[in-house]
Amino acid sequence: MVNILPLSVQNASVTRNGKHLLGPVDLEIGPTGLTIVLGPNGAGKSTLLRLLHGLEKPSAGRVRYAAPRSKAFALQAFVFQTPVMLRRTVLGNLTYPLTVHGMARHEAEKQALTWLKTLGLSGHEQQRASQLSGGERQKLALARALIRAPQLLFLDEPCANLDGAATRDIERLILEARAAGTRILMATHDLGQARRLATDVLFLNKGQVVESAPADAFFEAPQTQEAQAFLKGDLVL
Amino acid sequence: MLEIWQGIQAAFWLIVTFDADLYEIAARSLLVTCSAVAIAALIGLPLGAWLAVSRYRLRRLVIAVLNALMGLPPVVVGLVVYLMLSRSGPFGVMGLLFTPWAMIIAQVVILTPLIASIAHQSIRDLWAEYHDLLISLNTTRPQRIKTLLWDSRRALLTAALAGFGRGIGEVGAIMIVGGNIDHVTRVMTTAIALETSKGDFALAIGLGFVLIGLAVAVNLALHMLSGTEVRDRW
Amino acid sequence: MIRSILTAIALLASASTLSADTLKMAVTTSFHNSGLSDILLPEIAKDTGLDVQLIVVGTGQAIRLGEAGDVDAILVHSRKAEDAFLAGGFGTHRREIMYNDFVLIGPSDDPAQIARAETAAAALTAIASAKAPFASRGDDSGTHKKELALWGAANILEERRAPGWYNEAGAGMGATLNTAAGLNAYVLADRASWLNFGNKQSLTLLFSGDPVLFNQYAFLPVSPTKHPHVKHGLALKLEGWLTSPRAAELINNYTINGETLFTFNAE
Repeated sequence: MVNILPLSVQNASVTRNGKHLLGPVDLEIGPTGLTIVLGPNGAGKSTLLRLLHGLEKPSAGRVRYAAPRSKAFALQAFVFQTPVMLRRTVLGNLTYPLTVHGMARHEAEKQALTWLKTLGLSGHEQQRASQLSGGERQKLALARALIRAPQLLFLDEPCANLDGAATRDIERLILEARAAGTRILMATHDLGQARRLATDVLFLNKGQVVESAPADAFFEAPQTQEAQAFLKGDLVL
Repeated sequence: MLEIWQGIQAAFWLIVTFDADLYEIAARSLLVTCSAVAIAALIGLPLGAWLAVSRYRLRRLVIAVLNALMGLPPVVVGLVVYLMLSRSGPFGVMGLLFTPWAMIIAQVVILTPLIASIAHQSIRDLWAEYHDLLISLNTTRPQRIKTLLWDSRRALLTAALAGFGRGIGEVGAIMIVGGNIDHVTRVMTTAIALETSKGDFALAIGLGFVLIGLAVAVNLALHMLSGTEVRDRW
Repeated sequence: MIRSILTAIALLASASTLSADTLKMAVTTSFHNSGLSDILLPEIAKDTGLDVQLIVVGTGQAIRLGEAGDVDAILVHSRKAEDAFLAGGFGTHRREIMYNDFVLIGPSDDPAQIARAETAAAALTAIASAKAPFASRGDDSGTHKKELALWGAANILEERRAPGWYNEAGAGMGATLNTAAGLNAYVLADRASWLNFGNKQSLTLLFSGDPVLFNQYAFLPVSPTKHPHVKHGLALKLEGWLTSPRAAELINNYTINGETLFTFNAE
């Protein structure tokens, strides 16, 4: 089996329209764990995840997967802060990643129906995805990301717009994916959520990785001033 | 004004008496324009989608040209297609001039830029929405185009209907390349032009009313078809 | 669905063009508008089995279609253009079939008093002197060329035909008659188009009968040397019928409102 991990980032920067967004960053993403990416608004959390996923091209430096690039993209998935729903049915959204890559429709639907049961969306198969509630849409987007069993999953503040119940559902799905062996990188604003989920933490500020530490160590004794200020709630911008 | 009233009467009698000539030219109008729309859609829809998802240097120019071609005068298209299909032209040996095929070809030339341009506009918006997701799902460009075409199919139906509207009412090009030959290439619009030139305004207007009715019927039928699709497939 | 449409189109196309004895002939609007073609075509089909498809255009375009080899024969009425056509080697020969005549149409109150004129030239001079509105085809057709020749004969040069009263429609006979009706203007028309015209309003026939107004129709087969694909044999077959006693009878007996329109004069 091909392994996408470890993923290494060497001296990578992202500049868009003359604006420096991220970097230079040096990182190594190991094969296991759930890394929470923390940092104030505009720190570059989204940009980092998008860079690692390949949605953003580095303007300098490089991102390298253990697997060849052509295979690496099939082994990872991304969930956006605002879920993008295909203008199709709930079932159609779930089967799309499978059928577009050649799986037979009935096989894809079998898998999709199992997922819908897990999501608690059985009976909504033929409903238009755009008619779901915000929480249901994000669950569907997460399932759509997980249905191809990615080795590496990126989550960009998936619960930012959700209520408590929906957030709990999403966190349950994330933990199940992690238990199944999926390597997860997740950006969040919610420190409580970070504490509940993280095995380790990447703390970003002003486009730089300021601190990278195991979760317990980071929350007990942050090493940098910025991280200390952020955890106290002083560094919001 | 009297002619308009007489036109309504003429249209009514032509329809209820199952006037064979009327039904023949109406059927030919539909066949020519529907075929042209189908072919123009087969070219224009993927072209519009491809323009929406591709980034290359001449893209702006291509889109500007496409938009300009929407306003191409049918007479000019007719003349160019005539010169191409004429026995003295490059495709003369095919013997297509003054046949329904020539009319379809001329209409395809007129309709393709229109359909491609409208398709491009609606697909561009959907692509802005889908961009990150489809790249994240590791799709190839043909797969993206296929997805965008399928998911914007209702907007594309509107594009096809706009093409149909322009095609069914078009007279300048098909008059030149079809020749308005009775029982061969005479369609609704060329028949209307002929009756007008004879000064028989009542019949011309009557045919005009039938043409409008035909266009409305086709639009209604397609909207009903797409309506059922909304309920069953979405 | 697309397939069934294409099949239907193929049927439509083949039913009419693939039948063996199909002949394409460019004819002038004035001939077609006379209604004579509706009488002749079924008889031609009955007697000879020929399916004659008419492309109805102005003389200028008819000549072009013949030159390009897009039709098998032309039936037109403009001697000069016909001679040029033959000189260019585009036609095998010219055969006179019949003639009709041109008439001067105008408002029934006849402001230029052309009804009293002795000759066509005098009538046109009267119109020009009165600067009464006149509608010209202006489309380089046989009728238009005839009109220009008549102005020339009346010695009224182009610069005297001012846009104030002289209106070039740039259109076919029917459209020009519509224009004349709208402007209440004088207009030169062939008798057949005039009699069949449905939108006369206050227009009426004011002058006719001058022999210079006679309008000779000629049949010219397209040269098979120039265009090997043309159906020359069928064109000759059609010529044979058009010059037969049967055609003479039909042409001479064709009337509208009791008026004879065409005189058969093939030799």
